[in-house]
Amino acid sequence: MAVSDLVLLEADHTRFSGVLDRLRRDANAKVVFLIDKNGQQLASSGDLSGLDPTSLASLTAGNVAATDGLAKLLGEREFSILFHEGEHDNLHINIVAGKAILVVLFDEHSSLGLVRLRVKKATGELAVIVDEIVSRSQSARAGAGSHLAPFAEITDEDIDALFN
Amino acid sequence: MTFINYAAREINCKIVYYGPGLGGKTTNIQVIYDKTGNGAKGKLISLATESERTLFFDFLPIELGTIRGFRTRFHLYTVPGQVFYDASRKLILKGVDGVVFVADSQEPRIDANVESIRNLRENLRDQGYALEKVPYVLQLNKRDLPSAMPVADLVTALRQKDEPVFEAVAPKGIGVFETLKAVVKNVLVDLKNR
Repeated sequence: MAVSDLVLLEADHTRFSGVLDRLRRDANAKVVFLIDKNGQQLASSGDLSGLDPTSLASLTAGNVAATDGLAKLLGEREFSILFHEGEHDNLHINIVAGKAILVVLFDEHSSLGLVRLRVKKATGELAVIVDEIVSRSQSARAGAGSHLAPFAEITDEDIDALFN
Repeated sequence: MTFINYAAREINCKIVYYGPGLGGKTTNIQVIYDKTGNGAKGKLISLATESERTLFFDFLPIELGTIRGFRTRFHLYTVPGQVFYDASRKLILKGVDGVVFVADSQEPRIDANVESIRNLRENLRDQGYALEKVPYVLQLNKRDLPSAMPVADLVTALRQKDEPVFEAVAPKGIGVFETLKAVVKNVLVDLKNR
Protein backbone atom coordinates (compact mmCIF):
# COMPACT_ATOMS: atom_id res chain seq x y z
CA MET A 1 0.00 0.00 0.00
CA ALA A 2 1.13 3.54 -0.68
CA VAL A 3 0.23 4.88 2.76
CA SER A 4 2.62 4.38 5.69
CA ASP A 5 1.46 2.75 8.89
CA LEU A 6 1.55 4.79 12.05
CA VAL A 7 3.64 3.38 14.88
CA LEU A 8 3.38 4.95 18.32
CA LEU A 9 6.14 3.94 20.73
CA GLU A 10 5.95 4.24 24.52
CA ALA A 11 8.43 7.11 24.44
CA ASP A 12 6.20 9.01 21.99
CA HIS A 13 3.22 8.44 24.22
CA THR A 14 5.11 9.74 27.25
CA ARG A 15 6.15 12.88 25.40
CA PHE A 16 2.61 13.51 24.13
CA SER A 17 1.20 12.96 27.62
CA GLY A 18 3.65 15.45 29.12
CA VAL A 19 2.52 18.20 26.74
CA LEU A 20 -1.17 17.33 27.12
CA ASP A 21 -1.00 17.25 30.94
CA ARG A 22 0.56 20.69 31.00
CA LEU A 23 -1.94 22.05 28.48
CA ARG A 24 -4.86 20.74 30.51
CA ARG A 25 -3.54 22.40 33.66
CA ASP A 26 -2.58 25.70 32.03
CA ALA A 27 -5.85 25.96 30.09
CA ASN A 28 -7.93 24.82 33.07
CA ALA A 29 -9.56 22.27 30.77
CA LYS A 30 -11.47 19.11 31.72
CA VAL A 31 -10.01 16.74 29.17
CA VAL A 32 -7.45 17.09 26.41
CA PHE A 33 -6.69 14.50 23.81
CA LEU A 34 -4.73 14.01 20.66
CA ILE A 35 -5.96 11.83 17.80
CA ASP A 36 -4.71 11.10 14.33
CA LYS A 37 -6.65 12.28 11.29
CA ASN A 38 -8.13 8.80 10.83
CA GLY A 39 -9.74 8.86 14.26
CA GLN A 40 -7.27 6.83 16.34
CA GLN A 41 -6.52 8.17 19.79
CA LEU A 42 -2.81 8.85 20.38
CA ALA A 43 -2.81 10.21 23.95
CA SER A 44 -5.05 11.96 26.45
CA SER A 45 -5.04 13.83 29.72
CA GLY A 46 -7.86 14.23 32.24
CA ASP A 47 -10.71 12.16 33.58
CA LEU A 48 -12.16 10.15 30.71
CA SER A 49 -14.76 8.34 32.82
CA GLY A 50 -18.22 9.02 31.45
CA LEU A 51 -16.71 9.78 28.06
CA ASP A 52 -16.44 7.34 25.18
CA PRO A 53 -12.98 8.21 23.82
CA THR A 54 -13.19 5.84 20.82
CA SER A 55 -16.44 7.35 19.55
CA LEU A 56 -15.26 10.86 20.37
CA ALA A 57 -12.08 10.30 18.34
CA SER A 58 -13.94 8.85 15.36
CA LEU A 59 -16.56 11.60 15.26
CA THR A 60 -13.95 14.33 15.71
CA ALA A 61 -11.94 12.92 12.81
CA GLY A 62 -15.12 12.77 10.69
CA ASN A 63 -15.91 16.34 11.66
CA VAL A 64 -12.41 17.54 10.72
CA ALA A 65 -12.46 15.54 7.48
CA ALA A 66 -15.78 17.09 6.46
CA THR A 67 -14.49 20.57 7.36
CA ASP A 68 -11.34 19.89 5.33
CA GLY A 69 -13.58 18.98 2.41
CA LEU A 70 -15.43 22.28 2.80
CA ALA A 71 -12.14 24.20 2.92
CA LYS A 72 -10.96 22.59 -0.32
CA LEU A 73 -14.25 23.44 -2.01
CA LEU A 74 -13.71 27.08 -1.05
CA GLY A 75 -10.07 27.08 -2.17
CA GLU A 76 -8.67 27.17 1.38
CA ARG A 77 -5.80 24.86 2.37
CA GLU A 78 -7.56 24.01 5.63
CA PHE A 79 -9.73 25.45 8.37
CA SER A 80 -7.30 24.80 11.18
CA ILE A 81 -9.58 25.53 14.15
CA LEU A 82 -13.09 24.32 14.97
CA PHE A 83 -15.04 25.46 18.00
CA HIS A 84 -18.26 23.96 19.32
CA GLU A 85 -20.05 25.83 22.07
CA GLY A 86 -22.46 23.96 24.32
CA GLU A 87 -24.61 24.95 27.27
CA HIS A 88 -22.08 23.53 29.74
CA ASP A 89 -19.14 22.13 27.83
CA ASN A 90 -17.24 23.41 24.83
CA LEU A 91 -14.91 21.74 22.36
CA HIS A 92 -11.88 23.39 20.83
CA ILE A 93 -10.43 21.37 17.97
CA ASN A 94 -7.33 22.19 15.95
CA ILE A 95 -5.04 20.49 13.50
CA VAL A 96 -1.45 19.69 14.47
CA ALA A 97 1.21 19.48 11.75
CA GLY A 98 -1.47 18.57 9.21
CA LYS A 99 -1.55 15.02 10.60
CA ALA A 100 -3.06 15.01 14.09
CA ILE A 101 -5.98 16.68 15.84
CA LEU A 102 -5.84 18.28 19.28
CA VAL A 103 -9.16 18.33 21.16
CA VAL A 104 -9.74 20.40 24.30
CA LEU A 105 -12.92 19.93 26.32
CA PHE A 106 -13.57 22.77 28.75
CA ASP A 107 -16.39 24.33 30.77
CA GLU A 108 -17.06 27.61 32.57
CA HIS A 109 -13.87 27.25 34.61
CA SER A 110 -11.95 28.30 31.52
CA SER A 111 -12.52 30.54 28.52
CA LEU A 112 -12.07 30.35 24.78
CA GLY A 113 -9.36 33.02 24.92
CA LEU A 114 -7.29 31.15 27.50
CA VAL A 115 -7.71 27.85 25.65
CA ARG A 116 -6.64 29.38 22.35
CA LEU A 117 -3.57 30.94 23.96
CA ARG A 118 -2.42 27.71 25.62
CA VAL A 119 -3.29 25.55 22.62
CA LYS A 120 -1.07 27.65 20.40
CA LYS A 121 2.03 26.87 22.45
CA ALA A 122 1.19 23.20 22.92
CA THR A 123 0.47 22.76 19.20
CA GLY A 124 4.02 23.78 18.32
CA GLU A 125 5.47 21.23 20.75
CA LEU A 126 3.13 18.47 19.63
CA ALA A 127 3.90 19.20 15.97
CA VAL A 128 7.59 18.44 16.54
CA ILE A 129 6.73 15.01 17.99
CA VAL A 130 4.14 14.25 15.29
CA ASP A 131 6.66 15.12 12.54
CA GLU A 132 9.23 12.81 14.11
CA ILE A 133 6.77 9.91 14.28
CA VAL A 134 5.65 10.43 10.69
CA SER A 135 9.17 10.62 9.31
CA ARG A 136 10.18 7.56 11.35
CA SER A 137 7.17 5.63 10.00
CA GLN A 138 8.05 6.64 6.46
CA SER A 139 11.70 5.64 6.78
CA ALA A 140 10.68 2.35 8.42
CA ARG A 141 8.49 1.73 5.40
CA ALA A 142 11.34 2.47 3.01
CA GLY A 143 13.72 0.30 5.01
CA ALA A 144 13.27 -2.80 7.08
CA GLY A 145 10.07 -1.76 8.87
CA SER A 146 11.46 -2.92 12.20
CA HIS A 147 8.42 -1.80 14.18
CA LEU A 148 6.28 -4.21 12.19
CA ALA A 149 8.62 -7.06 13.13
CA PRO A 150 6.36 -8.67 15.76
CA PHE A 151 3.67 -9.07 13.13
CA ALA A 152 5.90 -10.70 10.55
CA GLU A 153 5.68 -13.81 12.71
CA ILE A 154 1.88 -13.96 12.87
CA THR A 155 0.77 -17.44 11.88
CA ASP A 156 -2.50 -18.59 10.35
CA GLU A 157 -3.20 -20.30 13.68
CA ASP A 158 -2.87 -16.96 15.52
CA ILE A 159 -5.43 -15.44 13.17
CA ASP A 160 -7.82 -18.38 13.39
CA ALA A 161 -7.56 -18.30 17.18
CA LEU A 162 -9.08 -14.79 17.18
CA PHE A 163 -12.36 -16.26 16.02
CA ASN A 164 -12.57 -19.21 18.35
CA MET B 1 -3.07 2.60 7.46
CA THR B 2 -2.68 0.31 10.44
CA PHE B 3 -2.05 2.10 13.73
CA ILE B 4 0.28 0.16 16.00
CA ASN B 5 0.26 1.51 19.52
CA TYR B 6 3.18 0.11 21.53
CA ALA B 7 2.18 2.18 24.57
CA ALA B 8 -1.26 0.55 24.78
CA ARG B 9 -0.14 -2.74 23.11
CA GLU B 10 -2.85 -2.42 20.44
CA ILE B 11 -3.17 -2.86 16.71
CA ASN B 12 -5.93 -0.70 15.26
CA CYS B 13 -7.26 -1.35 11.76
CA LYS B 14 -9.97 0.34 9.73
CA ILE B 15 -12.44 -1.65 7.64
CA VAL B 16 -14.89 0.07 5.32
CA TYR B 17 -18.15 -1.45 4.07
CA TYR B 18 -18.77 -0.07 0.57
CA GLY B 19 -21.54 -0.61 -1.95
CA PRO B 20 -24.65 0.82 -3.61
CA GLY B 21 -27.46 2.48 -1.67
CA LEU B 22 -29.86 0.22 0.24
CA GLY B 23 -27.55 -2.76 -0.30
CA GLY B 24 -27.30 -3.69 3.40
CA LYS B 25 -24.03 -2.11 4.60
CA THR B 26 -25.60 -0.64 7.72
CA THR B 27 -27.50 -3.89 8.35
CA ASN B 28 -24.18 -5.79 8.34
CA ILE B 29 -22.77 -3.48 11.01
CA GLN B 30 -26.02 -3.59 13.01
CA VAL B 31 -25.96 -7.41 13.06
CA ILE B 32 -22.31 -7.43 14.16
CA TYR B 33 -23.24 -5.01 16.93
CA ASP B 34 -26.25 -7.09 18.04
CA LYS B 35 -24.36 -10.38 18.11
CA THR B 36 -21.10 -9.21 19.68
CA GLY B 37 -20.65 -9.42 23.45
CA ASN B 38 -20.61 -6.17 25.43
CA GLY B 39 -16.96 -6.46 26.38
CA ALA B 40 -15.85 -6.69 22.77
CA LYS B 41 -17.71 -3.79 21.22
CA GLY B 42 -18.05 -0.05 21.59
CA LYS B 43 -20.99 2.16 20.75
CA LEU B 44 -22.62 1.91 17.34
CA ILE B 45 -22.79 5.40 15.89
CA SER B 46 -25.02 6.10 12.91
CA LEU B 47 -24.96 9.46 11.23
CA ALA B 48 -28.19 9.00 9.30
CA THR B 49 -31.02 11.07 7.86
CA GLU B 50 -34.48 11.10 9.45
CA SER B 51 -35.46 8.31 7.05
CA GLU B 52 -32.53 6.19 8.31
CA ARG B 53 -30.44 6.53 5.18
CA THR B 54 -26.73 6.84 5.98
CA LEU B 55 -25.76 10.50 5.73
CA PHE B 56 -22.07 10.38 6.60
CA PHE B 57 -21.07 7.04 8.14
CA ASP B 58 -21.87 4.31 10.65
CA PHE B 59 -19.10 3.45 13.04
CA LEU B 60 -18.58 0.40 15.25
CA PRO B 61 -15.37 -0.39 17.11
CA ILE B 62 -14.87 -4.09 17.95
CA GLU B 63 -12.09 -5.98 19.66
CA LEU B 64 -11.28 -9.52 18.59
CA GLY B 65 -8.64 -10.75 21.00
CA THR B 66 -4.90 -10.75 21.45
CA ILE B 67 -2.28 -11.58 18.89
CA ARG B 68 1.42 -11.65 19.81
CA GLY B 69 0.61 -9.68 22.98
CA PHE B 70 -1.26 -6.96 21.10
CA ARG B 71 -5.01 -6.40 21.39
CA THR B 72 -6.57 -6.35 17.91
CA ARG B 73 -9.12 -3.59 17.47
CA PHE B 74 -11.08 -3.04 14.30
CA HIS B 75 -12.96 0.11 13.46
CA LEU B 76 -15.83 -0.75 11.12
CA TYR B 77 -17.23 2.04 8.97
CA THR B 78 -19.93 2.13 6.33
CA VAL B 79 -20.13 4.75 3.60
CA PRO B 80 -23.34 6.40 2.41
CA GLY B 81 -24.33 4.45 -0.70
CA GLN B 82 -26.38 7.10 -2.44
CA VAL B 83 -24.58 8.42 -5.53
CA PHE B 84 -24.62 12.10 -4.54
CA TYR B 85 -22.71 11.52 -1.29
CA ASP B 86 -19.46 10.85 -3.14
CA ALA B 87 -17.45 13.51 -1.28
CA SER B 88 -18.28 11.78 2.03
CA ARG B 89 -17.38 8.33 0.66
CA LYS B 90 -13.98 9.60 -0.38
CA LEU B 91 -13.28 10.95 3.14
CA ILE B 92 -14.21 7.70 4.83
CA LEU B 93 -11.75 5.70 2.73
CA LYS B 94 -8.84 7.68 4.21
CA GLY B 95 -6.52 5.36 6.11
CA VAL B 96 -8.48 2.21 5.17
CA ASP B 97 -6.92 -1.22 5.83
CA GLY B 98 -9.59 -3.44 4.29
CA VAL B 99 -12.77 -3.12 2.23
CA VAL B 100 -15.96 -5.20 2.15
CA PHE B 101 -18.07 -4.62 -0.94
CA VAL B 102 -21.72 -5.33 -0.12
CA ALA B 103 -23.42 -6.06 -3.43
CA ASP B 104 -27.19 -6.12 -3.85
CA SER B 105 -28.03 -9.43 -5.58
CA GLN B 106 -31.28 -8.19 -7.14
CA GLU B 107 -31.20 -8.05 -10.92
CA PRO B 108 -32.41 -4.43 -11.21
CA ARG B 109 -29.44 -3.37 -9.04
CA ILE B 110 -26.67 -4.87 -11.14
CA ASP B 111 -25.80 -1.56 -12.81
CA ALA B 112 -25.70 0.17 -9.40
CA ASN B 113 -23.27 -2.52 -8.16
CA VAL B 114 -21.00 -2.12 -11.16
CA GLU B 115 -21.03 1.66 -10.86
CA SER B 116 -20.29 1.49 -7.12
CA ILE B 117 -17.24 -0.74 -7.67
CA ARG B 118 -16.00 1.65 -10.35
CA ASN B 119 -16.49 4.48 -7.87
CA LEU B 120 -14.65 2.53 -5.14
CA ARG B 121 -11.69 1.96 -7.44
CA GLU B 122 -11.54 5.66 -8.32
CA ASN B 123 -11.91 6.88 -4.72
CA LEU B 124 -9.26 4.45 -3.48
CA ARG B 125 -6.91 5.73 -6.17
CA ASP B 126 -7.54 9.31 -5.01
CA GLN B 127 -6.43 8.26 -1.51
CA GLY B 128 -3.27 6.59 -2.82
CA TYR B 129 -4.46 2.96 -2.86
CA ALA B 130 -4.93 0.41 -5.63
CA LEU B 131 -7.89 -1.95 -5.28
CA GLU B 132 -5.63 -4.81 -6.41
CA LYS B 133 -3.46 -4.34 -3.30
CA VAL B 134 -6.10 -3.59 -0.68
CA PRO B 135 -7.47 -6.51 1.40
CA TYR B 136 -10.89 -6.93 -0.17
CA VAL B 137 -13.95 -9.18 0.20
CA LEU B 138 -17.09 -9.38 -1.95
CA GLN B 139 -20.41 -10.06 -0.21
CA LEU B 140 -23.46 -10.96 -2.31
CA ASN B 141 -26.29 -9.78 -0.09
CA LYS B 142 -30.07 -10.28 -0.31
CA ARG B 143 -29.77 -13.90 -1.51
CA ASP B 144 -33.29 -14.61 -0.19
CA LEU B 145 -35.06 -12.24 -2.56
CA PRO B 146 -36.89 -13.69 -5.57
CA SER B 147 -35.18 -11.31 -7.99
CA ALA B 148 -31.68 -12.33 -6.83
CA MET B 149 -29.41 -13.15 -9.79
CA PRO B 150 -27.53 -16.47 -9.90
CA VAL B 151 -24.28 -16.34 -7.91
CA ALA B 152 -22.18 -17.31 -10.93
CA ASP B 153 -23.53 -14.35 -12.95
CA LEU B 154 -22.85 -11.93 -10.10
CA VAL B 155 -19.34 -13.24 -9.62
CA THR B 156 -18.64 -12.85 -13.33
CA ALA B 157 -19.93 -9.27 -13.28
CA LEU B 158 -18.51 -8.08 -9.96
CA ARG B 159 -15.44 -10.01 -8.90
CA GLN B 160 -12.36 -7.80 -9.26
CA LYS B 161 -9.48 -10.13 -8.41
CA ASP B 162 -9.26 -13.37 -6.47
CA GLU B 163 -11.19 -11.93 -3.51
CA PRO B 164 -13.26 -14.23 -1.29
CA VAL B 165 -16.99 -14.19 -2.12
CA PHE B 166 -19.75 -14.73 0.45
CA GLU B 167 -23.48 -15.13 0.04
CA ALA B 168 -25.48 -13.28 2.67
CA VAL B 169 -28.90 -12.43 4.00
CA ALA B 170 -27.78 -9.66 6.33
CA PRO B 171 -30.99 -9.08 8.37
CA LYS B 172 -30.93 -12.79 9.31
CA GLY B 173 -27.22 -12.67 10.09
CA ILE B 174 -26.41 -15.15 7.31
CA GLY B 175 -22.93 -14.57 5.88
CA VAL B 176 -22.26 -11.47 8.00
CA PHE B 177 -19.61 -12.90 10.31
CA GLU B 178 -18.08 -15.04 7.58
CA THR B 179 -17.51 -11.84 5.60
CA LEU B 180 -16.06 -10.03 8.62
CA LYS B 181 -13.72 -12.90 9.42
CA ALA B 182 -12.47 -13.03 5.84
CA VAL B 183 -11.65 -9.33 5.69
CA VAL B 184 -10.00 -9.37 9.13
CA LYS B 185 -7.89 -12.32 8.06
CA ASN B 186 -6.88 -10.59 4.84
CA VAL B 187 -5.94 -7.43 6.74
CA LEU B 188 -3.76 -9.34 9.22
CA VAL B 189 -2.09 -11.38 6.46
CA ASP B 190 -1.40 -8.13 4.63
CA LEU B 191 0.18 -6.69 7.81
CA LYS B 192 2.26 -9.83 8.22
CA ASN B 193 3.54 -9.69 4.65
CA ARG B 194 4.65 -6.06 4.71
